Amino acid sequence: MTAAGTGSPTRADVCVIACAEVFRGAGEVMASAFGTAPTLGARLARRTFEPDLVLTDGDAALMAGAPPLGTDPSDLVLESHMPYRRVFDVVWSGRRSLIMMASQIDRYGNQNISAIGNWSRPTAQLVGVRGAPGNTVNHPTSYWVPNHSPRSFVAAVDVVSGVGYDRAAAAGAAATRFHHIGYVISNLGVFDFDTPDHVMRVRSLHPGVAIDDVVAATGFDLVVPDVIEETRLPTDEEATLIAELDPRGLRTREVPP
Amino acid sequence: MADKRATLDELIGELRSGMTIGIGGWGSRRKPMAAVRAILRSDLEDLTIVSYGGPDVGLLCAAGKVARIVFGFVTLDSIPTDPHFRTARQAGSLAATEVDEGMFYLGLLAASQRIPFLPTRAGLGSDVLRVNPELRTVRSPYDDGEELVAMPALRLDAAIVHVNRADASGSGQILGPDPFFDELFLGAADRRLMTTEAVVPTEELVGDGPLQTRCISRLLTDAVVETPHGAHFTACVPDYGRDEAFQQAYVTAAGDPEAWAAFAARYLEVDEAGYQAAVAEGAA
Repeated sequence: MTAAGTGSPTRADVCVIACAEVFRGAGEVMASAFGTAPTLGARLARRTFEPDLVLTDGDAALMAGAPPLGTDPSDLVLESHMPYRRVFDVVWSGRRSLIMMASQIDRYGNQNISAIGNWSRPTAQLVGVRGAPGNTVNHPTSYWVPNHSPRSFVAAVDVVSGVGYDRAAAAGAAATRFHHIGYVISNLGVFDFDTPDHVMRVRSLHPGVAIDDVVAATGFDLVVPDVIEETRLPTDEEATLIAELDPRGLRTREVPP
Repeated sequence: MADKRATLDELIGELRSGMTIGIGGWGSRRKPMAAVRAILRSDLEDLTIVSYGGPDVGLLCAAGKVARIVFGFVTLDSIPTDPHFRTARQAGSLAATEVDEGMFYLGLLAASQRIPFLPTRAGLGSDVLRVNPELRTVRSPYDDGEELVAMPALRLDAAIVHVNRADASGSGQILGPDPFFDELFLGAADRRLMTTEAVVPTEELVGDGPLQTRCISRLLTDAVVETPHGAHFTACVPDYGRDEAFQQAYVTAAGDPEAWAAFAARYLEVDEAGYQAAVAEGAA
């Protein structure tokens, strides 16, 4: 069921919906999102079921509304000054919900964006841990992995940047107090940690994805429920909004049809 | 009132091999690149560089100036990583202190406030504590008893920042949307060095932007050097944006030793005036 003129939903559209769902119930918090599908998801949520979400302009401000990708900065209405120093106040206050990307993620939700291989002499130096350690122990964090493979879904990440459930628990009460890894969204499905020992579980698969393909593309044992849900499709209203928010179709460059 | 105006050579003359030097800005934004280029031309070596890293870190690594990097990230913003930094880390030739970018902020803040550490939740459970075994935790003395990371003060021998405008007495004005952590880099340092697009009379600072843009007080600076286009090729809005074409050329050249030698000969083995002339020529 799709809106007239938008065609049938693509895999990328489904990923946008899955990202939007991360913010359901978040209320008046700063939504930060990295990657195209998460950025669109946050804006879609702001336009529909989470109207109080606070979005950033990607620079040093909070912006009113949820404009389309590629909007000229001079056309944005900026409602508040949010330089990096103040971002940390928001992070540490917990009034934030975040979708980060992950070069590697493991079955407990540990994430790596620092380095591949041995940290002392990596085979591939990445960007660095950035704010991932602080983010994950201060406010809800989810992940977006647009290239689900055994190289990205690994048994153990090489450098724990974002903190997963096992490492938070081992670090003690101060680490677990505000720690919550919500979802991992990939180009194949949605995963969560709603299991007794907080290991990764299949929450839903995107339409057209077979569980065997996901298992083969994952470098550890996923918890697979008896009945596997399908990630929901956009409603007509959502499909229209996604097209409006992404007029140049950047989402299908990130997740090809 | 003291006149703090100085030349780039005098500014670099404040530095010594082996020093810990903080560099302001963030990623590929408002970096004191003229000062970085002057360090490249100097015989300084064995430096510990403390930076929200961008091409400042990459260039200093390429020139073999860096013994240790203290960082949370090194990025060119529009290009995710810096090629020279990657090469140095992957060669194992660069000692590193990698911390969460919020821990980094608290380290500068603690140094500015002359206290030994600041407590934070950031870092708990992550490999930041594994790869920096010198980091300690601290237990709250209050009833909560929480055990937090004790981020040590990041004390700097010198700090260098670049601002849009300054006056001769060392008040600085940042006209772009984010002052980043420049104030704290200066506060954490023994020698506080500021470069600027233009040194102007104090009355002109008043005309250029609202009071809150004049965010670097002269309490925080020892020297001010006028370096027009001194943040090039990083962004220095509203004076100029990032020179994306030049940044791409920098990255491309880094991928090949011969291309890099040509890039260095053209842009780095010349003085600042020669650099700016070569950039203008390339853009024409």
